[in-house]
Amino acid sequence: MKLVTAIIKPFKLEEVKVALENLGIQGLTVSEVSGFGRQRGHTEVYRGAEYTVDLVPKVKVEVLVGGADVTKVVDAVVEAARTGKIGDGKVWVTEVDAVVRVRTGERNEDAV
Amino acid sequence: MLHLLAADDVTVSIDSGNTAWMLASAALVLLMTPGLAFFYSGMVRAKNSLNMLMMNFICLAVVGVLWTFYGFSWAFGESRWSGLIGSTKNFYGLGNPTFLGSVWNGGAEAAATIGTNLPAGTTYGAGVPIIVFAMFQLMFAMITPALISGAIADRVKFWGWTLFVALWVTLVYFPVANWVFGTGWILNKIRAEDFAGGTAVHINAGAAALALVFVLGKRVGWRRDPMKPHNVPFVLLGASLLWFGWYGFNAGSEGGADGVAGLAFTTTTIATCAATLGWLLVEQLRDGKPTTVGAASGAVAGLVAITPACAFVSPLGGMAVGLIAGMLCCLAVGLKFKFGFDDALDVVGVHLVGGITGTLLIGFFGFDHGALAGGVEAKRGLFYGGGGKLLLVQAVAAGSVLAYSFTVTFIIGTILKTLGIFRVSEEEELMGLDESEHAESAYSFSTVLSGGLTHTPGSSADDSVSSELSGKGV
Repeated sequence: MKLVTAIIKPFKLEEVKVALENLGIQGLTVSEVSGFGRQRGHTEVYRGAEYTVDLVPKVKVEVLVGGADVTKVVDAVVEAARTGKIGDGKVWVTEVDAVVRVRTGERNEDAV
Repeated sequence: MLHLLAADDVTVSIDSGNTAWMLASAALVLLMTPGLAFFYSGMVRAKNSLNMLMMNFICLAVVGVLWTFYGFSWAFGESRWSGLIGSTKNFYGLGNPTFLGSVWNGGAEAAATIGTNLPAGTTYGAGVPIIVFAMFQLMFAMITPALISGAIADRVKFWGWTLFVALWVTLVYFPVANWVFGTGWILNKIRAEDFAGGTAVHINAGAAALALVFVLGKRVGWRRDPMKPHNVPFVLLGASLLWFGWYGFNAGSEGGADGVAGLAFTTTTIATCAATLGWLLVEQLRDGKPTTVGAASGAVAGLVAITPACAFVSPLGGMAVGLIAGMLCCLAVGLKFKFGFDDALDVVGVHLVGGITGTLLIGFFGFDHGALAGGVEAKRGLFYGGGGKLLLVQAVAAGSVLAYSFTVTFIIGTILKTLGIFRVSEEEELMGLDESEHAESAYSFSTVLSGGLTHTPGSSADDSVSSELSGKGV
């Protein structure tokens, strides 16, 4: 079992969600996050005073997948999230030791 | 301008048109203080937003009480001490039978009786009951200390501020209102022109703001930490409420419903439009973008500057006053960085600079409206062949109020600070004043963290959410 984590541009969330649904993914978790990569931030000016906003708003999408589906999921996310401009984000995959479905108590691959 | 006479001199009857307009104007001006509260609150960080609202709202409460006891009397009672203060005896408690039955009269007899500068033949402001005028002027007394609060945002103890407001209106606003609006020396001896309070309200509050900024010092982390406005829509909403209420402030200052009120209404509108454009133009040229905060600030700068001038300039003159003020104030808000004083919300840059601008520009754009003003001759400024005398008088009025307000405010502020009841501790400041001063938070959007999903043990997952209340009042 793997956890696919994607940091994407907020306006790309809908396309990524649709792409994952088309793959038959049963669930995902979305959080609003902020951070910076090579894009860095931007500058805002209030009454002449400049504020550098280093941390850019992004969306984090997390999907638990069975081992066999990982490549397909990663490719789908990358394809859906790409604009080709700086700040498109990153996708990474981590190993998951155990998964339990809270309602039924099913474990691991059955619970994904 | 309204002019007071001793209650027993009044014999004219009530004019229902004028009275209705003055009641409406008073309500309009009342709305300005909550409007200002939102204008200011939107500009501070979320952790101090309730405290900012409260610093403004408490002014309504405190000043309303003091006004009833002695405020109106000090500001508008018979002249004492060569025009420095009004008599306490006239209107104590706003309740004696003579007072309640009295009618304000701006007419010739009144002018002769109390030596005001209103020429013979005028009927403006006539027939308004004194108690209506007292309420109209109360709203001015409420908003003036509230204006100061923006300069010292994020760092003042709530009760310390409340005490300051009580002392400040007593020692500064009531006397200065007497000089400018009442029986005192600025209106009646040197005869400066200040239609709705460029000196008594804006220069007065702006100078006090400057003094308090020096007394209290900078906020922790000023120029190091980001201190962005937390709710820009509130800023524009507040500015819009101010603009709306300002019609009562400026056009209401005529004291009646007539052509001069219409002129004040007109110049107020046009100056505000021009000032908004002026501020945005400077931003575009200097910073590359026109901002929402800039539009709101420009509008307020225009309203401030046209306040003293609104019935003394032509509509085009008003446009010039607004444009100059909008551009000048946009540049002036940068002064605090140059000189290193933490005027958090630019009360000095907008109200002091805007107030001085408007007061002095009367000396240039002062205009005689002739027939509109019922044949009353107004003083002409430099651009209308009046020479430099008016400008000089305006400068004396502006400078006197500035110096008096700055000095007395500095003394009051220093005493309160020395007593340890004015500035919050560094720890409280970092925590935010909503929490440390009021034990509240402005925004509780998170259902998890605000306890909205607290669940009673034993109920099923589909049950409606219940929350447990515990507390002194429950």
